[in-house]
Amino acid sequence: MSIIDKTDAVLEPRAEDFDGPLLEVRDLHVEFHTRDGVAKAVNGVNYTVDAGETLAVLGESGSGKSVTAQAIMGILDMPPGRISKGEIMFRGQDLLKLTEEERRRIRGRRIAMIFQDALSSLNPVLSVGYQLGEMFRVHQGLSKKDAKAKAIEMMDRVKIPAAAARVNDYPHQFSGGMRQRIMIAMALALEPDLIIADEPTTALDVTVQAQVMDLLAELQREYRMGLILITHDLGVVADVADKIAVMYAGRIVERAPVHELYKSPAHPYTKGLLDSIPRLDQKGQELYAIKGLPPNLTRIPSGCAFNPRCPKAQDICRTDVPPLHPVTAADGTELVGRASACHFWKETING
Amino acid sequence: MPELASKTDTAVAAQAATTTDNVLATDAGPAPGKPRSLWSDAWYDLRHNWMFLLSTGLILLLLVVAAVPDLFISGDVSPRDGDLTKHYLQKPELGHVFSAEWLGYDHQGRSIYARLLHGTRASILVGVMVTVAVTLLGGLVGLISGYFGGWVDSVMSRITDVFFGIPFLLGAMVVLNTFSERSVPVVSLSLAVLGWTSIARVMRGSVITVKQADYVTAAKALGAGTGRILFKHILPNAVAPVIVVATIALGGYITAEATLSFLGIGLTDSISWGQDISAGKDYLRTAQYVLFFPAAMLSLTVLAFLMFGDAVRNALDPKSR
Repeated sequence: MSIIDKTDAVLEPRAEDFDGPLLEVRDLHVEFHTRDGVAKAVNGVNYTVDAGETLAVLGESGSGKSVTAQAIMGILDMPPGRISKGEIMFRGQDLLKLTEEERRRIRGRRIAMIFQDALSSLNPVLSVGYQLGEMFRVHQGLSKKDAKAKAIEMMDRVKIPAAAARVNDYPHQFSGGMRQRIMIAMALALEPDLIIADEPTTALDVTVQAQVMDLLAELQREYRMGLILITHDLGVVADVADKIAVMYAGRIVERAPVHELYKSPAHPYTKGLLDSIPRLDQKGQELYAIKGLPPNLTRIPSGCAFNPRCPKAQDICRTDVPPLHPVTAADGTELVGRASACHFWKETING
Repeated sequence: MPELASKTDTAVAAQAATTTDNVLATDAGPAPGKPRSLWSDAWYDLRHNWMFLLSTGLILLLLVVAAVPDLFISGDVSPRDGDLTKHYLQKPELGHVFSAEWLGYDHQGRSIYARLLHGTRASILVGVMVTVAVTLLGGLVGLISGYFGGWVDSVMSRITDVFFGIPFLLGAMVVLNTFSERSVPVVSLSLAVLGWTSIARVMRGSVITVKQADYVTAAKALGAGTGRILFKHILPNAVAPVIVVATIALGGYITAEATLSFLGIGLTDSISWGQDISAGKDYLRTAQYVLFFPAAMLSLTVLAFLMFGDAVRNALDPKSR
């Protein structure tokens, strides 16, 4: 079994004394070299996540939210992908400067990821108990027997009924919600500092979505982990997130604490997203939709990327890229944690 | 609905989950309540397939014959020594089952039945050894070039193409001509050297499909290293088509050995059906049985392995039926 990796059983001491943010993404640029040209998937993303904090990254398909997550995890397909610029600081250490082996040790142990489709994310030929136990065997060098006991413990933790009886079952024998719980158990197995959940509830029934989100939020509080929740579902975000970053065409267009974003959006795109949620009190009226389509990433419009679809676009929007301005209230007091990348954020937030 | 229940009462939910499982499992057939993997499902399919049972029975019988050929013939009969004065082209005595004269004697006065029995070992050994060698070599090449891609794949695929371009039998003839003593390992190895390419191609294609699966990304994201991803996550999911191709090819390798022996560049130190067919062709008009029995034995053996391969394919890929 020498070919199958075994890292040393002892965990390196955690840098508990580090008091900066748990994760800080600085000016991240990711591009894909395709036959049709260079697709700029991520164009200068900045965000931070603290321990115990939940950051929701919101955006349409192709807005770069998943690519950012893959860059953090180091599972981006390179080539065609390329990180052209930026830093990903994890506890003050730039992940992009580590060797592949050092990154592998961080994956799963310090940063773990939950994927959208739990059925395809679990290996169909291995039992769930084996796959869960693998976490302990790879990273902690436990024996087969101990790993299985730990696997049952983790399955209990994510509230899978009759865990001990089902530990040898295969992924296809579980329901969608149960499979996602197993993915969560795998991600949580080594009590990582940070979890990235890439649309964890999108593939689930609406009735099950809330349960899985509640479970995730509960375990996150229990372990005091940082959580990056990637989603396009505004409904999922409201209950669990602390702050939101809205992404569009590879940039963050608005950043805000969760409830303020819903109350007073400071970017026309966010406003459009919120207006396109169906509401009971608007029964009978036509549902609002943002006109047009997200831009082609090989040909991002000049100026503000959202300008062709923006109802408020002016000439300046077509020429100048708006920086991420800090947002202040109407009376000039600073709103903590808020920023908007719109030339007309004042008009948007106040009217 | 175990999820709904789990929120309120785990114990009730547990019970509910096990009962639904039992109902489902009895409907589906195999082993109620037991975990079901791809392989256990395939095994269940196989056990209920008459073609598999028949071919396995035949193959087992052939294996026993190969191991102890003398068990099936009455008296102490040598397959090599013949008595020309007594038995030259003596006709079969179909009534004398399992005796030396059952299937008649050949042009050198040797018992055809004894030669059939003693030829089994070489045929099966060559078939199995070539298959094992080809699967290991081709599988490894396919796994590496499929997983790593890029220049590794380019180099390995070109090497595969070069070997693929060499005609199988012609190549084997050229290689074997350089040996004066051709034992079972020598013949097997030269067939394997020329035969691994098809397995490598199947494996490469299969690996390329599997490596894009989400569970491979997920395993990577949870910290698995290259070795573990290759051998625990990709290989078990990619190996099924290779097993299918290999089992079906086994019959072909037995034929190839017989062909080489027929042409006189096969085994030199063992009895082979191919040699007997070659000898029998000269007496086709006067004593057809000299050719017929070894040819029938060869066909039966190849048929058994082909049926076995077919059954395995159906079990591993139920959609192809």
